[in-house]
Amino acid sequence: MTNEILDPAPFLPLPLATFHILLAVAEESRHGYAIIQDVEVRTGGALRLSAGTLYRSIQRMLEDGLIEEMRERPAPELDDERRRYYRITRLGSAVTRAEARRLTELVGFARAAGLAPETT
Amino acid sequence: MNLYAALLCLFPKSFRIEYGEEMERMFIERLRATRGAIALARLWFEALADVIPNAVLVHWDILRQDMRFTLRALGRAPGFTFTAIVVAALGVGATTAAFSVTDRALIRPLPFNDPDRLVKIFQSEPGYSRFEPSPAHYRDWRRMQSSFEDVGAHANASMNLVSEGEALRVLGTAVTANLFPILDVRPLHGRLFGPDEDIEGAAGTVLLSYGLWQNNFGGREDVVGRTIRLDEESYTVVGVMPANFTFPDRTSRFWVPIRFKSTDFEDRSNQYLHLVARLKRESSLPAARADMGVVSARLGAEHPKENGITLVELKDQVPAQARLMLTALFGASLCVLLIACTNLASLLIARSLQRRRELAVRTALGAGRERLVRQLMTESATLAVGGGALGIALAAMVTPLLSQLAPANLPIANMAPIDLRVLGFASLITAITGIGFGVLPALRVSGDGNLEGLREGARGGVGGPKRLRSALVLAQVAISVILLVSSGLLIRALWKVQQVDPGIKAADVLTLRTSLPMNRYGIVTARAQFYDRVLAEIRALPGVSSAAYASFLPLVMRGGIWDVKVQGFPQDPSENKVSMRFITPEYFATLGVPLTRGRDFDAQDARFAPAAAVVSESFARKYWPGQDPIGRIFDVTFQDRIVVGVAKDVRVRGLERQSEPQVYLPYQQVADRAVPFYAPKDLAIRSTVDSAALLPSVREIIRRADPLVPISDVRTMTAIVEAETSSRSTQLRILGAFALIAILLAGIGIHGLLAFTVSNRLQEIGVRIALGAARADILRLVLGDGLRLAALGMLLGVIAAYFASVGMEALLAGISPADAPTFGATAALVGLMTIFGSLIPALRAVRVNPISVMRADS
Repeated sequence: MTNEILDPAPFLPLPLATFHILLAVAEESRHGYAIIQDVEVRTGGALRLSAGTLYRSIQRMLEDGLIEEMRERPAPELDDERRRYYRITRLGSAVTRAEARRLTELVGFARAAGLAPETT
Repeated sequence: MNLYAALLCLFPKSFRIEYGEEMERMFIERLRATRGAIALARLWFEALADVIPNAVLVHWDILRQDMRFTLRALGRAPGFTFTAIVVAALGVGATTAAFSVTDRALIRPLPFNDPDRLVKIFQSEPGYSRFEPSPAHYRDWRRMQSSFEDVGAHANASMNLVSEGEALRVLGTAVTANLFPILDVRPLHGRLFGPDEDIEGAAGTVLLSYGLWQNNFGGREDVVGRTIRLDEESYTVVGVMPANFTFPDRTSRFWVPIRFKSTDFEDRSNQYLHLVARLKRESSLPAARADMGVVSARLGAEHPKENGITLVELKDQVPAQARLMLTALFGASLCVLLIACTNLASLLIARSLQRRRELAVRTALGAGRERLVRQLMTESATLAVGGGALGIALAAMVTPLLSQLAPANLPIANMAPIDLRVLGFASLITAITGIGFGVLPALRVSGDGNLEGLREGARGGVGGPKRLRSALVLAQVAISVILLVSSGLLIRALWKVQQVDPGIKAADVLTLRTSLPMNRYGIVTARAQFYDRVLAEIRALPGVSSAAYASFLPLVMRGGIWDVKVQGFPQDPSENKVSMRFITPEYFATLGVPLTRGRDFDAQDARFAPAAAVVSESFARKYWPGQDPIGRIFDVTFQDRIVVGVAKDVRVRGLERQSEPQVYLPYQQVADRAVPFYAPKDLAIRSTVDSAALLPSVREIIRRADPLVPISDVRTMTAIVEAETSSRSTQLRILGAFALIAILLAGIGIHGLLAFTVSNRLQEIGVRIALGAARADILRLVLGDGLRLAALGMLLGVIAAYFASVGMEALLAGISPADAPTFGATAALVGLMTIFGSLIPALRAVRVNPISVMRADS
């Protein structure tokens, strides 16, 4: 595991749904429905992932190794046995960071051209 | 709720297993939170908008993954991949090419608007259901009919085109001005003929074909309005026809209006027109036939000798023989497709058995059945697509060659484009075969409860596939037999036809045509001067033993039929038909036709001498059996003639048909301007000098006699006779190629099966050898397997082949459908093929080292 090469480049630019899902599982493992809720809250309702889009993305991200299904379960009072929990992998973290960098760069260019709002 | 579960079925099963439950749960929760009909509708709409595109995308994701896997797997087995693709391509390509041609020639409608309503009209006489009408008939029928929008006419019109000083003989068609509107066609440039351009005295106008326009007029648009010289008359070009337009067939390169003279309508026996009519919308062919029956009866009252009228749909122009040949061709290609598919199936079964272990391992590791099946399907489909693509390329290359088989007299453009429907059909069959036989193994393995395939040395369960493969090989052998027998019979028929004595000695005879323009050569003496001068000079050339002119050469012109009247015989016209020709002296010597009685024409048969005739033996036998025909009198061309000689019969109508008795008349004994069509135009020269060496001198002689008379149709008589069988030769070559492919594929099939059997029986063979079996016994064991299979396939094939032969009996020129030599040769070929196919596996079996085989297995 420690020898794996973490090259995020082939994954960029990330689709929007993928980026948000990675953010949702970055700090804690979540199940599908929780991911949808988290994304909705974070974007203030602007992005509502549908079930189909969510699980298609999850399948691809599992295959690409950006996320993994949890073997350990959360505490019993928080756990729903029927649900599957996902968390980010090291590769996923690397890719998320790379994407954030890319987006920041873009915003920087826009600012230099006077087309982006300054951070307050 | 079941509805949403049903909707989820759009996703692949593996996806549903993983995520279906959660998706359903989410939907239930949202459903519970929804109030009101509008909100409910929106919920369902969003569900649809979510599931449908995402399902498609998931399928696509899986396909991409499978494709990557497939390409790797196929790359690791290049021999198998190559063979499978080539086999699939052969099946698809051959079938598509053959059907494209068959379809264009036999099935596809003609390239005219609403062609089902176009009809050809013939005179019918007892014994001849289709006789060309005369201008008088055309005029009368057109006037008296009521079923057609209009009736038009056309006739051959070969003319000498003089352009840039060079005289060219060009084949064209004279048409009535209403004909092209009847066909409902438009010119590419310019216009069609006007209604006043086909009347007597009208100025000459001409429509050019696209080919003639491109080749002889540079394809320039300013050709419209130009004046050109045809048969030494001026014609104004009024238009150019489109590239894909041919009428009446692809040989006609220009069209001029028929300008009937009032005298043309007097002779009701001047039969040379072809009529085309368009049915009225409200009429039908049966109704039109009834209508024309009435017309015929009315005309019969005025002209007692009139006969009936026949109507034929324009598209029924393919002669029955050609139709049968094309059908046989299509049948042959289907056979190749079948063999290719069985071969492909066999290959896939073999491969699947090789991969049993791999599939078992993947199943043990958790691969779902659906996933495996899907992946194998992708692999098979890839092979099918690869084979199909190669098949298209093959078809594109082969179709032009096969188009040569379509009769030249069809109004279709030269090359049949590839028929997409058939391509689709052939591809579908191949794909079904490929996918079916590729997927079966996955279904078997993943349904295998105790994972048989994982056991070391697992060889069990090959009984089923072996039986299946044996059945496939059986089918291949049987089909090959059908093709081989068909080809063999056609070869025999070809030989038989080639043996037929045409009645002439074709070797060392050069022929060519000099069509004299009738405006200067309508008078007999003018023609006589030309012939006499040319023949005298040609006969004086070194090496030339004889030369003569005739109206037409045998096998070149098959018609030219006239009625004769012989005293003491019933005047029924259908019983008294002859093939009539005007000839110069030395005709019989030149063509090598023996004179059995009397003499040839000579100087005494001058213009106003007693009208003479030479008749064929069949004529003499028919009218004066057992008597001396010399001195007898009969009537032909409205004149009494005395028989001065009897010649052996010539096969005027070709090697395969019965010819009418022949009558030859001296070229001078005809009225001025009468029967211009029969003015001698074919020159034959018998010479020991090679034609290529002789030709320049001949050309020079003709040019000196008249520089404006062009020379055309330069051929040796041998070439003409060989052309009689050239279409048979072509057909045979193609069918033979199919048969060869079939037998090769069958041989590969046998080889594959036996190799497989031997591999599976290595241990058994090793034991046998260890127990004292001789190598010869092993050889017999393996070969016996192959030969038994081939024998059974042969038996089935022979029965099927017999029925196929009976079906094509019309093509066999009298050879029996049960021809023993053909069937015998086929059996021998199949036996040989079996032995060759079995050779390598048999040798391998014989060289088995019992010790190493048994060691490997322990």
